[in-house]
Amino acid sequence: MSGEALKQIEKDVLWGGGRSPFSVTYGKMMMWFFLVSDALTFSGLLISLGFFRTGVFGDLEGFWPVGEKVFEALPVLGTGFPLIYVALMTFLLIVSSVTMVLAVEAGHRNDKSSVTKWLVWTVIGGFFFLGSQAWEWYHFIHGSGGYYISADELLVEGEDQSGETISYTVAAGEKVYYGAEHGHSHEEEGHDEHHGHEHASNQKISGMGGDGHDDHAKEEVHEEHSPKVLYLNKYQTSIVTVEDTRTITKLLAAKNENLPETSGADLSSNEYGPQQYANFFFFVTGFHGFHVFSGVILNLIILIMVIKGVMQKRGHYEMVEKTGLYWHFIDLVWVFVFTFFYLV
Amino acid sequence: MERDDLIVNDSYALNAHHNEEAGAAKRKKIWFVAGLLTLITFIEVVLGIGFKQNSEWWAFIKWSFIILTLFKAAYIVLSFMHLGDESKNLKWTILTPYLMFVAYLLFIAAREGTDMSVLLLNYLGS
Repeated sequence: MSGEALKQIEKDVLWGGGRSPFSVTYGKMMMWFFLVSDALTFSGLLISLGFFRTGVFGDLEGFWPVGEKVFEALPVLGTGFPLIYVALMTFLLIVSSVTMVLAVEAGHRNDKSSVTKWLVWTVIGGFFFLGSQAWEWYHFIHGSGGYYISADELLVEGEDQSGETISYTVAAGEKVYYGAEHGHSHEEEGHDEHHGHEHASNQKISGMGGDGHDDHAKEEVHEEHSPKVLYLNKYQTSIVTVEDTRTITKLLAAKNENLPETSGADLSSNEYGPQQYANFFFFVTGFHGFHVFSGVILNLIILIMVIKGVMQKRGHYEMVEKTGLYWHFIDLVWVFVFTFFYLV
Repeated sequence: MERDDLIVNDSYALNAHHNEEAGAAKRKKIWFVAGLLTLITFIEVVLGIGFKQNSEWWAFIKWSFIILTLFKAAYIVLSFMHLGDESKNLKWTILTPYLMFVAYLLFIAAREGTDMSVLLLNYLGS
């Protein structure tokens, strides 16, 4: 009959209906369908992120932070490396995608030792990515010194980035940040920096509860913490800095002890910007990290099967290809997260 | 209509074995794509560091990011995931929903988010 198979199809690859749609196996087709539906989930997250950051919610709560200001730390080396860490994570994921595709290619040559080798590298890359993400979360959660909430309205004079002197009114309840230098103070103290810093901040506050001991407070601030720079917003492109110690002391003294101060981020507050910023960070990268985790587990299972010779017995390595699809999809999603959460 | 459930020559997935020689060519292409993706990421980071969000170039930079991202995504899907080598029908069955959602995402980022903001502000009257 014309129009029927030109070549006899092996029984074990036919679907239930006796056909083989798209000339692919059932498993591969279903993996693709799963990846389409999973892409819809991630699209939902990224689209809602788009609404929040450009839309009314972002405008009402404050401006969306700039990615290169929030993510500028490296392990050991400290701060001042905008986006480098995230770029390294992206590179890591690309490399582990490459090792995966090399494993698939080796599978097409029935080369068991090569498949094993490249799968091992893929799994290692996956674990490294998960570790990187853990460090990034740790840093994001612990923050970079936190902010203070100004209790009173205060007129300050400062410099913007181009060196222009501008005066600015800090409204009551507005966030202010301070640091000894441009963002380096807290990082130099090493790994335990967070606790040390928090302790120091608390000390300072109790030392100047706005009870008129302005000079005393000023001394203390100057000697122990020397906040030479006060940021009116640390995570925006236009930063206003104040270098006048007297103003800073006044600002800090005006701070009401009872008002909350936040360092880092959790689900109810964060130092970076609108609440939704931290929530989207946790949810988008967390959901992606969960995918990486399950991908590593799948790769491990397949690796064990390859080593035990299961694929060799089957005569093909399609299982590697199918988990490979999932692994590349993780890379694909990260490419979009990288652009829409960190870059733009 | 073109039938695509037919096995013509040895194009079936499970028969897609190749020899060492063909493998070498494939590996060369894989490394080329890997280099390209790394290069694009590098360019993105350099642009991100070099241009601030309040610069007059920012709109241009933003769209460069998006276009570079779409390039990366296309290489990952078509080359790493072999979708470019699958049958035409399968390829477009998968790509169509992907493209629709990418288009929607860009629409939100470029236009709709801001419009919704204006609309809601007017509606809420605040």
